[in-house]
Amino acid sequence: MSFLTLTNIQKSFGPVQVVHGFDMAIEKGEFVSFLGPSGCGKTTVLRMIAGFETPSGGSIVINGKDQGTLKPNQRNIGMVFQAYALFPNMNVQDNVAFGLKVAGAQKTEIDTRVKQMLSLIKLEHLADRFPYQLSGGQQQRVALARALAVKPQVLLLDEPLSALDAKIRVSLREEIRQIQQQLGITTVFVTHDQEEALSISDRIVVMNAGRADQIGTPFEVYNTPATRFVASFVGTLNIIEGKVADPAAGAVTIGNQQVSLRDSIAGMKGGDNISLALRPEAGSIADSAKGDTTLAGQVVSTSFLGSVIRTKLRIGGDVISFDMFNDPGLTPPASGDNVTLRFAAKDLLVIRE
Amino acid sequence: MKKIWAWGALLFGLLYFTLPLIGMTNFSLKMRRGEYSFDAYAKVFGDPRFQETFTYSIMQALFTIVFGVLLVVPTTYWVRLKLPRLRPYVEFITLLPLVIPAIVIVFGYIRLYNTSSWLPLTGSLTGTNMLLMFGYATLALPYMYRAVDTGLRTIDIATLTEAAQSLGAGWVTILGRIILPNVLVAVLSGAFLTFAIVIGEFTMAALLNRPAFGPYMQLLGANRAYEPAALAVIAFGITWGCLGLIQLVSRFQKSAPPKA
Repeated sequence: MSFLTLTNIQKSFGPVQVVHGFDMAIEKGEFVSFLGPSGCGKTTVLRMIAGFETPSGGSIVINGKDQGTLKPNQRNIGMVFQAYALFPNMNVQDNVAFGLKVAGAQKTEIDTRVKQMLSLIKLEHLADRFPYQLSGGQQQRVALARALAVKPQVLLLDEPLSALDAKIRVSLREEIRQIQQQLGITTVFVTHDQEEALSISDRIVVMNAGRADQIGTPFEVYNTPATRFVASFVGTLNIIEGKVADPAAGAVTIGNQQVSLRDSIAGMKGGDNISLALRPEAGSIADSAKGDTTLAGQVVSTSFLGSVIRTKLRIGGDVISFDMFNDPGLTPPASGDNVTLRFAAKDLLVIRE
Repeated sequence: MKKIWAWGALLFGLLYFTLPLIGMTNFSLKMRRGEYSFDAYAKVFGDPRFQETFTYSIMQALFTIVFGVLLVVPTTYWVRLKLPRLRPYVEFITLLPLVIPAIVIVFGYIRLYNTSSWLPLTGSLTGTNMLLMFGYATLALPYMYRAVDTGLRTIDIATLTEAAQSLGAGWVTILGRIILPNVLVAVLSGAFLTFAIVIGEFTMAALLNRPAFGPYMQLLGANRAYEPAALAVIAFGITWGCLGLIQLVSRFQKSAPPKA
């Protein structure tokens, strides 16, 4: 049985339903990210797990215990907020000790635990500082230590890196992942940043309009998106519109060209419109090793991005991008050049709505 | 040219406010014919009625402050956290004591809580003292509410509350250990204003017939020459002392961000 189970969770604010039948089972020690744009319901689901919102329907079970009747302060769930939420009247040490004091722990136990936590986040030397004397990254590490000090059964992270600058964001997310693995704590992380979710999660839930569009490992979500939304939200993806020529043979017509997919096309008939997806890194105009499927097109523009060269190509009625690694021996194509794009048939994915 | 006008206006304002005070202080020191002395102050401080009324008003002020804090802090916090739509109505209610004269309020109290009513508070000294304290709390409500509300506006109470809840804290712990310490300066501002109001209040204390400092000042003013001036200077000293304390506690709040 899973450690944290969400079954058919619904949430409405007045007449507006923001979460529709959300199901999820999270194993003990797993790091799961809820990924999606603003307003998709990911924070609402997190807040329902924490007990700050009451589900309109469904159940939340943690370690076999239904959380429905429990108040937020009875759930033993650690939470880290985007706005840090450190108590301004307490120094770092007192912030970390707060939950333990509330739980009525002995002074020696509190002191030991606070030292452990500060050592975990490498801020022992700032124990006497007040929140306003710390940087954003330091404040968030203290918030993490404070949430972990009470040994919560689940750790919830609500966009904890959003208020930080890019460099700190990368280092802190690695630190969070390392601490999570070290402690083996079940963690739910909410973010709208796909790179963050892809880099630190065991599994990702891609959310769209209150529903989980896809649940899978970062590898699965990136390489085999289940819906058009997942395909467009996770990474950069080219959508190519075509028509089914022969569903059994997996043949598709794009403009006046025909390509064959790796597999047959289920549930469609000849002449149906079909959306196909191709990652920018899956195609090449120079490297024949990318695959033996080809599409002819015309170069619209070429952008030099340092390590990669991004070329926009018009194929049929669509403009698609593809990336090539920079090579001093390479001559980038010029606008208006007619080129042949090569890719493997397995990389051309059928996108369902 | 503009600067001269500004300085002129400032000077006029200063003179307008300080000259009467200087005159009054000067007069209070002239009790002894032909020389300056503190005789009037000595008489005031030596008067047992001064000590009695001043002690009574200080005790009333302390009880009013405690009652005001217990009433206003949780109410303001709850309205901000859970009932933000009610804020305009609550603000309106807290403003009423500014537009309803104290005499109306106290007559209302006497009618409602007289000895033949269902709650005869005026029938005992403790009851009357309590009634006076409630009256003072009502008079101080606009100041206390605004001070606390402004204090709460400076912190993210929703997130702090949720953070404390996720760490196992209940409402009393949240209010006592998170919210109150973070609005302490605001609460103290409200408390000092309450103190100043209670010390100088006349109408309610006189009509409820309690030995407060306000009626004593009025009584002294009707019968003596120099002592009322000395008493007025003392009252000013207390009020300004309160304002100075507000400044002082603001400066020493340890969680305050450093000034840019």
